[in-house]
Amino acid sequence: MAANSDFLLTFQEFDSSESHLGGNGDATTISIEDTGAGSHKPQKQRRSAPVTSFEEDNDPLANDDKTELLSGQKRSSPFWTFEYYQTFFDVETHQVRERILGSLLPWPGRNFVHLYIRNNPDLYGPFWICATLVFVIAICGNISDFLVDLGKPQNKYVPEFRKVTIAATAIYSYAWLVPLALWGLLVWRNSKVMNIVSYSFLEIVCVYGYSLAVYIPAVVLWLLPYEAVRWFSIVVALCLSGSILVLTFWPAVRDDQPRVAIAIMTAIMALHILLAFGCKAYFFSTLEDEHTAVDAVVGHGTKSSPTMKMHRTNTMS
Amino acid sequence: MAEVEETSKLMFAGLSDVSISGDIPVEGEINVPVGTPIQDKEYSTLDEPVKDTILRDLKAVGKKFVHVMYPKKSSALLRDWDLWGPLLLCVTLALMLQGGSVNSKEDGGPQFAEVFVIIWFGSVIITLNSKLLGGTISFFQSLCVLGYCIMPLTVAMVVCRLVLLGGSWRFSFIVRLIVVTASFSWSTFASTAFLADYQPPNRKALVVYPVFLFYFVIGWMILTV
Repeated sequence: MAANSDFLLTFQEFDSSESHLGGNGDATTISIEDTGAGSHKPQKQRRSAPVTSFEEDNDPLANDDKTELLSGQKRSSPFWTFEYYQTFFDVETHQVRERILGSLLPWPGRNFVHLYIRNNPDLYGPFWICATLVFVIAICGNISDFLVDLGKPQNKYVPEFRKVTIAATAIYSYAWLVPLALWGLLVWRNSKVMNIVSYSFLEIVCVYGYSLAVYIPAVVLWLLPYEAVRWFSIVVALCLSGSILVLTFWPAVRDDQPRVAIAIMTAIMALHILLAFGCKAYFFSTLEDEHTAVDAVVGHGTKSSPTMKMHRTNTMS
Repeated sequence: MAEVEETSKLMFAGLSDVSISGDIPVEGEINVPVGTPIQDKEYSTLDEPVKDTILRDLKAVGKKFVHVMYPKKSSALLRDWDLWGPLLLCVTLALMLQGGSVNSKEDGGPQFAEVFVIIWFGSVIITLNSKLLGGTISFFQSLCVLGYCIMPLTVAMVVCRLVLLGGSWRFSFIVRLIVVTASFSWSTFASTAFLADYQPPNRKALVVYPVFLFYFVIGWMILTV
C-alpha cells in the first residue's frame, strides 16, 4: 500500500507516447513533430481518427477541444502520395447524410462548418452533389422540352446532349472557383483585419458543395409546368441555400469594416442568385416561351402554303 | 589432425592418376528442376495454335458474361480481370447510341466519342472514388466489373431498337421505359454484388451511389435516343 502511494507521489519519467499507448488502438496520440517526418506516423493517427469522429458525432456540441487537438494532424503525407488525398474522403455514410440534412435546414446560431464539418472537410460530398445536380438539371431540362413537344404537331423529340457539358461547366466552376476566390479574399482581409473566425479552402468548398444539395429536389419540382410552382421552389431553394452561406460567412467578415463586410455578403448572394436563375432560364423554357413557340410554328405553317401555291401556278404557266 | 589428412589422402589416392584433358566432352543435362512438365506446357503459350489462344480468351470473356447474368459472389471474375468485354460492350453501345438519331440534320444525340468518354471516364472516376474511400479492390479489377455490368444495358439497347421499329409510339415508350429500368437496376445490383465486399462497412452506400448514378445516366441515354 505504501509502495503504491509512493509510486503515485513520485515523479515518473514518461517515455514516448507510442510505447506508452502501444497496444491501445483507441487512444489518440498527439505528437509534435515535423509534418514531413514519415508516413508511419499518419497511419497510426488515421487509424484512431475514425473511432474518435464517431464518438464526436454522438454528441454534436461537446468535445470541441478534442477536435482542436486533432485539427493540425490530418494532412501529414506529402501531396504527391495517394494517402494525402485519402484524408479528404475520411467520411462515413451517416456523416454525409447528417451534413446534407444540416445544409437543408439552416438555423441561426448553428454554424454549418463548426457543427458538421468540424475539421474533417471532405471532397466526397461537394463532388458527387455537383455531379448529381449536373445530371438532374440536364435530364429535367430534356424532360421539360419533351413535355412541351408533346403538345406540338410534330412528334420529334431531339435530346440535347450538349446541355450536360454546359451544365457541368457552370456548376463545377461555381462550386470550385467561387470558393477559391472567396478564400483568397478572406485571407487578404485576414491579413488586414484580425478575424476570429477563419476557414480553410476545403471548408469553404464543403459549404458551397453541400449548400447546392437543396437544388436537387427544387430542379425536380421545376418539371411541373405551373409557373407558380417553379417560382415557389426556386425562391425556397434560394432562401435555404443562401441562408447557409450567409450564416457561415457572416462571422468571418463581421469584424471587418462594415462596407467591406456588406460588399462581400452581397457578392456571395448575387452569384448564388445568378446561378439559380441562369440555370432555370437556360435549361427550362418558361411557359410564355412555350406559347410563343407554338404560335410561331402554326403561323409558319399557314404562311408557307400560299407561297407554294403561287410557285406552282408560276411553273404551270 | 594428421590422421584426417592421412584418410583424405587415402580417399583421393585413386584419383591422382586420372587426368582430364580439355578434349574429352562431358555429357549431361543442365536443368533447373521447375516442377512437373505439365506446368511447363500450360505457361508457355507461344507454341499453341492461334485458334487456341483466341478461343481461350473468348471463353474467359464468355464466362464473365454468364457471371454477370447470374450474379453470385465469386472471386473468379475479379481474379482474372480483362478489359476485352468492357471494350466490346462500350463500342457496341456507342455505335448504337450514335446511329440512333434518324433525322441527321438535328443531330442532338451523343456522338460516339461522347459515349466512349462518358463510359470510360465515369468508370475511372468511380474506381478512384472507391479507392479513395478505402476500398481494397484494385484499379483494373474495378474497371473490369463496371464494364462487364454494362451488359444488361446493352441488351436493353438492342431490345429498344427492335421495339422502336414497330408499334405505336406511346406503347413502345412504356415498354422501353420498363426494359431500361429493369436492366439498369440489374446492372447496379450485379456490380454491387461484386464490389460490395471490398469496401469498408460504414461506407458501402457512399460507394454504391456513384455506381447507381453512372448506370442511371447510361440508361437515360439509351431511353432517349
